[in-house]
Amino acid sequence: MLTFLALTSVAFLGIVPEQSQAIAIYTGWERHALVGSDIRLSCSFFSWRWTSEDVTFSWTYRPDGSRDSISIFHYTGGAAYVDNKGPFRDRLEFVGNPGRRDGSILLKNLELNDNGTFTCDAKNPPDIVGRPSSVRLLVFEKVPIQAGVITGAIIGVVLGLLVLIVVIYYLMRFLVARRVFSLSVSKHGKKKKEGSQQRQGPVPPADPSKIKV
Amino acid sequence: MLLLLLGIIFLHLAALVLLFVSTIVSVWTTGESTTSDLWINCTTSGCIPASTGEWIQSVQAVMILSIIFSCLSLVLFFCQLFTLQKGGRFFLTGTFQILASLFVMSGAIIYTVMSPEWVPEGNSFGYSYILAWVAFPLALISGLIYVILRKRE
Repeated sequence: MLTFLALTSVAFLGIVPEQSQAIAIYTGWERHALVGSDIRLSCSFFSWRWTSEDVTFSWTYRPDGSRDSISIFHYTGGAAYVDNKGPFRDRLEFVGNPGRRDGSILLKNLELNDNGTFTCDAKNPPDIVGRPSSVRLLVFEKVPIQAGVITGAIIGVVLGLLVLIVVIYYLMRFLVARRVFSLSVSKHGKKKKEGSQQRQGPVPPADPSKIKV
Repeated sequence: MLLLLLGIIFLHLAALVLLFVSTIVSVWTTGESTTSDLWINCTTSGCIPASTGEWIQSVQAVMILSIIFSCLSLVLFFCQLFTLQKGGRFFLTGTFQILASLFVMSGAIIYTVMSPEWVPEGNSFGYSYILAWVAFPLALISGLIYVILRKRE
């Protein structure tokens, strides 16, 4: 039974058509960073083949508002080549691990002009058909407050205070009622004791106005 | 007696509707080609979400809170109508309605004070801004009426 399952699964893997064996590249969608900070742009891929020794990674950069891309990083034949002429010279570092299919780069000391789209393309021969993936970099001078954070905070605090006041009010009423109840019980107890001592005394007249027909 | 009740409810609902319109439709500033409000800035070319500054978010929060409190006071009014003893006053309803009016007032004041920052020179205030300022005295009067009103049989 088990061998039958194993054989069928191997057969399935064998009949998988060539097109679905394209390489799939993953980067982030959008990255936010502060001016002057460093950021790691990650890129990894999925391929049905084993990682070959001729695996290549390449990063290209397209500034915001421009239509040209420039190549800023290339890894091939076991060696990494970083940008030494373009906008990222001396600011780019390869921190990936090609053996583990990781082609991430580190951008240091970000500037406002670094806003743009970074595209990672990886090839794993013979698996070379695939679509490059892009990540958008946004550089801010100071961290912007997300829309709705302060709104939600103010609403939450006021409604929380309201709930708190209601709870405290009912708690006080409950406690005061209990105290009054226990006080009246003790008074009633005292009265009962006095009443039983005065049993021989006159019965108090019934109040006619309280009698209802 | 019924007329009084209907009149009070109508006043309350009018204030509530004004609050809703002012917050949601929110044409707070208008220019030749732009309208902007608490949530979105629209020009003839397109709409972008409003700036995420601290003050505009506080105006949003305060307007939403005023709507919530006004709705709560309406609900409380109906509750108290049936459960209050004879001769009692609608204190809770009035308190909530007065709080709602205070929130609208503070929202409109903050918007007015910060408007040189948000409203470009040529633009003027839109009708939603005016509705917010009208809703404030309506809600205040409604709340005061609740506080003064006594429940009769």
